[in-house]
Amino acid sequence: METIKKLIRKQSLEKLYATLSASRKVYAPVVAADKRVEYKYNPAYAEVTFEHIQSTLSVKNVVFPKVENLMYYTNNKVDSTITDIDLTKIPEVVLWGSHPCDNSAYDVLKSIFCWDIKDEFFAKRLEKLVVIGLACHQSDAYCFCTSVGLTPNSTKGSDILLSKTKSGDYIAEILTEKGNAIVTASPDLFENANNEEAVIAEVKQTFNHEQVTEKLKTAFEHPFWVANSLRCIGCGACAYVCPTCACFDIQDEAKGKEGRRYRSWDSCGFGLFTLHTSGHNPREVQSQRWRQRIMHKFSYMPDRNESLGCVGCGRCSRGCPVDMNISEQLQGLQNI
Amino acid sequence: MSDFEPKVVAFVCNWCTYAGADLTGTSRIKYATNVKIIRFPCTGRIDFMLLLKSFANGADGIIISGCHPNDCHYTSGNFHAKRRWIMFKELMDFMGIDMKRITYSWVSAAEGARWAEVVNTTVARVRELGPYVSYQKMVNTHIEEEVTNE
Amino acid sequence: MSNIAAKAKELLESKAVQVVIGYEAGPTGVVRPAFITDAAKADSLIYNENCVQNLAMYLTKHEVKHIGKMGIVATLPVMRSIMMLISEQQVVPENIVVLGIAEDGKLLDIADMNVMHSHIEKSNLGNPTKDQEKLAELNKLSIEERFKFWEQEMSKCIKCYACRQSCPMCYCIRCSTDCNQPQWIPVQSNTQGNMDWHILRAMHLAGRCISCGECGRACPVNIPCHLLTMQLSDQAYNYFKVHAGTSVDMKSVMSTFEPNDKESFII
Repeated sequence: METIKKLIRKQSLEKLYATLSASRKVYAPVVAADKRVEYKYNPAYAEVTFEHIQSTLSVKNVVFPKVENLMYYTNNKVDSTITDIDLTKIPEVVLWGSHPCDNSAYDVLKSIFCWDIKDEFFAKRLEKLVVIGLACHQSDAYCFCTSVGLTPNSTKGSDILLSKTKSGDYIAEILTEKGNAIVTASPDLFENANNEEAVIAEVKQTFNHEQVTEKLKTAFEHPFWVANSLRCIGCGACAYVCPTCACFDIQDEAKGKEGRRYRSWDSCGFGLFTLHTSGHNPREVQSQRWRQRIMHKFSYMPDRNESLGCVGCGRCSRGCPVDMNISEQLQGLQNI
Repeated sequence: MSDFEPKVVAFVCNWCTYAGADLTGTSRIKYATNVKIIRFPCTGRIDFMLLLKSFANGADGIIISGCHPNDCHYTSGNFHAKRRWIMFKELMDFMGIDMKRITYSWVSAAEGARWAEVVNTTVARVRELGPYVSYQKMVNTHIEEEVTNE
Repeated sequence: MSNIAAKAKELLESKAVQVVIGYEAGPTGVVRPAFITDAAKADSLIYNENCVQNLAMYLTKHEVKHIGKMGIVATLPVMRSIMMLISEQQVVPENIVVLGIAEDGKLLDIADMNVMHSHIEKSNLGNPTKDQEKLAELNKLSIEERFKFWEQEMSKCIKCYACRQSCPMCYCIRCSTDCNQPQWIPVQSNTQGNMDWHILRAMHLAGRCISCGECGRACPVNIPCHLLTMQLSDQAYNYFKVHAGTSVDMKSVMSTFEPNDKESFII
């Protein structure tokens, strides 16, 4: 549909939140006791933050939960009974106040989960998701969305995108039918937009992702990888905070005869990720695992999924205990 | 919770407490049936993770028992166990996991009556404390709980 | 040029070491580990109060130790880690040169492990003050309150294992968590499984933790998991009068015993 621009006053925003959270699950950012920003279901409006630069964890969990049950089973003497998950019970979730980088990540995830065979769990959750995004009016040194083809007010992935104006009200860009449904349900909260100007953060471009992708084609054996990953300690923090990392592990967990199969996040940074039963590990050392992470996002995915595997949120660099700064590394790769 | 029957798991060493428990039986001493005995080669071989697994799988109380100091069949297994338990107890205390649910004891092969008493007092104490729900309920909690379709 | 950079340069030029592990400032100003193999680049080494990461974990990292002999910038926790690693036969003393840093930030002359031993002996081996305060605060709570505190903290854990990976003492090539028969620790992240993991980690570090606090710093969701191992280092000292990482031939707390070890809870 064609984008409609409206204005929503600060006070009306609170009313909109109240209306939405009365009938649906609203997943919104709050500031935790230790100053981290985390998303919670239906927090009180007073708790909801509009000033966050970035939450510690991404919000991919609304479509790709940390742990997701795939089926239940009961082992009988001769065979097993399988109980499927009732996907119709997946609730509608309104994602509130997530930034454009996070919102554009759903397309990236979709290019993986719905690549050839449609992942029903993912697709259903995405179908039930309504995104009310919030354009960034501030950024920090780790943000690099402009380097991966996005902007602090990209509308990609949002159903409604809010942008803060100088007066503290919000411009609402209504982008999809889902978004429009919310507006039509509370028409008196929205006003016609005049020429209000939004405050948008400035994010400096640090590298050109097309050049990086080009360079990576021949960089597999480059000494860059070892030299720049010596300090990587091989934890999974970068993958687990990433909005586009989609690797998962599938496990069966049984208690007696009853059990369930679930999938949970995994990370290519772990040595165990590629370890074969024979004891052979094709990615034996950390530099190879780090290379895989960068290659996958900036070379393999543009090649196979026609989408870049990075949205420039900078969470991996903020969360890294040893400052493996991804935008710095990509600048380095551009210049090798 | 008057009809609550505690589930107690006992991890015991083969050489002393297990034989002691045998003696309890052959001496026809009656004791609480709530205990499920698991025989180990030595107390030194009892991994603390087994205790956590027991709690996670529904145990309300745990007994750990082996040879008295200096009586170990393998000379020093129980001394090693003792150090491990000291550290484990301190950690459990610090994490707020109730140590009243775990009984540590030395019961020799000749102490059949003592075994009955250890079990009976443990069962009585755990009965008083009630089921260990605060630990078990953690099993199915994760942040996504609210959006899963369970 | 700082003393550290000068010393690193000298070591690299004389080929006494092939790599110096130290600290540098990253592009955002964050201090991070640096691996200097070229004497000309030694100038980038810095030392200030933000240089807190325990670098000793790199001494056992495959790709680092294969560069050759290692020089390492070492504050007290790093020196203690090195002692632990030597006593557990993970590091050969001949393969490392220690660029010791005194409490006031001055470069120490650590000629060999005996010198390092006497320096460590003279130092304060307890937990850092701010962690002591937090420990005391938690120890004052009732058992139910403590459980609540840890239950809440553990629910945040995402199982990224940054705590394990950042710890110099967690050098096992195959960790208990990687073992799936039996599956000691569930692969998924749930509060109970997360708690199991942190208990297992603390127990495996009992009497081995050198109180650097790196695990807590590494945690992306700020779980104060360093308090668990620090509580046990306190208790290891209370019961067995052992501070981890003080000498090259230290007897491990959990694999040795004294017949008269005191306890009060075994009936």
